[in-house]
Amino acid sequence: MSQRTTIPFGPQHPVFPEPIQLRLILEDERVVEALPAIGYVHRGLEKLAEQKDFQQDVFLIERICGICSFMHAMNYCQGIEQLLGLAVPERAKYLRLIWAELHRMHSHLLFLALLADSFGFENLFMQTLRCREEILDLMEITAGNRIMLTTCCIGGVRKDITPDQLKRIGTGLDRAQASLGELGGAFAKDYTIQRRLKGIGVLTREKAHELGAVGPVAKASGLAMDLRQTGYAPYPELGFTPITETNGDAYARMMVRLRELDQSAELIRAAIGRLPDTPLSVPFKGNPTGEVAARIEQSRGELLFFIKANGSKNLERFRARTPTFANLAPLLHMLPGCELADVPVIVVSIDPCISCTER
Amino acid sequence: MSLLPAKTVTPDNLLHEVAVLRQQGYRLVTLTCLDQGTGHTVYYHFDKAYQPLHLRLEIPDGQELCSLSSLYPAAMIVENEIKDHFGVKFTGLALDFQGRLMLTEAAPKTPMNRFRRCGMELDARQPAAATPAAA
Repeated sequence: MSQRTTIPFGPQHPVFPEPIQLRLILEDERVVEALPAIGYVHRGLEKLAEQKDFQQDVFLIERICGICSFMHAMNYCQGIEQLLGLAVPERAKYLRLIWAELHRMHSHLLFLALLADSFGFENLFMQTLRCREEILDLMEITAGNRIMLTTCCIGGVRKDITPDQLKRIGTGLDRAQASLGELGGAFAKDYTIQRRLKGIGVLTREKAHELGAVGPVAKASGLAMDLRQTGYAPYPELGFTPITETNGDAYARMMVRLRELDQSAELIRAAIGRLPDTPLSVPFKGNPTGEVAARIEQSRGELLFFIKANGSKNLERFRARTPTFANLAPLLHMLPGCELADVPVIVVSIDPCISCTER
Repeated sequence: MSLLPAKTVTPDNLLHEVAVLRQQGYRLVTLTCLDQGTGHTVYYHFDKAYQPLHLRLEIPDGQELCSLSSLYPAAMIVENEIKDHFGVKFTGLALDFQGRLMLTEAAPKTPMNRFRRCGMELDARQPAAATPAAA
């Protein structure tokens, strides 16, 4: 009979950009159970959001995550706008979409780089990050910052994108997509990558639904679930449809993100082509009151903010459920039965963001 | 104040209502807990084909809630988080972190409660943080 061994996987591990621990119970080299231990980067941001002014919260909430920061601010602004009854100008909606999709692109490229690193492809890791620099440059040119754009404000956006910058986005996307064409071939067709990812960490469609998987994890299992279809931004006007795969393994999760990169680039191009000429924001007076559950599709999946405001400048409650939090249960389901050597790849395949998860 | 449109449930019929939603194909999105001074309000957020559905449940201090982990295994993580942050106890939790999912031994107990400390013992190094929001 095999002896059971418990090993701590993390909190510090070469594949983890942020600390999280999985207590793995093994029989020989096979995982039989995985238990999470989180809280290493819990900052109490929900509590802090109650103590700041609701307009200061835009900046605070943008800092929940250092990867998909813009989409946090966007979702929060949309929630407050709903409470205030504000109709955001069309140009602001399109500019938000452009920045949101740039964020999705750099987030997915970071995922691909870390995935390559997790199975020891250092050169591919560096080439992918080089491609990501193209996107970061576009954000720096248009917003002044590479990640923390802070261009979203309640009522619209606080910065415009000039015609010259729009042209620069087009050429930047051309370069990024050309580079992606080469890198994508390596990711999709390389023999070693296929051996490391295919059939690993399988999540069936039924389990994905039962365990509440979101984002590329759900889409890789065949669930065509993407909140961009709900029309919180002008995605339906641009003909958006979710990308799905059916195998539910680590390879399928990678392929969803790889294909979404091209899709995001095309959405940005389409948005630039239809950018309306309206004011950037609407002024407002007073403080929000009421409760709202605001949702958007972040790079990792569904992001939900519950906001309760009582007419004062401080929120009564701010709650964030981030996509990685939702994908923890599916991850714990994927690990039992796998080899210890596959654990890093499976964990990275859900693209975990621990700062988001713990807030 | 306009509250979130939600169906009100009680601790007694919670599991039945959720079992019906599960049968209808709803996905559990998450739970939200709010401190109301003499008790807590818990929202259960569901979704089906992008249509959100919310259940609202109010419990007085000290009352335990049934865990949803028998119906939705993923509920276990957020229920542990609520236990950490608000001190609400759940019966039938698939995995109980004993209030230590997010917080360390030295952290203040139930720090998200706004109106009272709910029996929390603050660490000597931590100032009291649980005060009502400024008007």
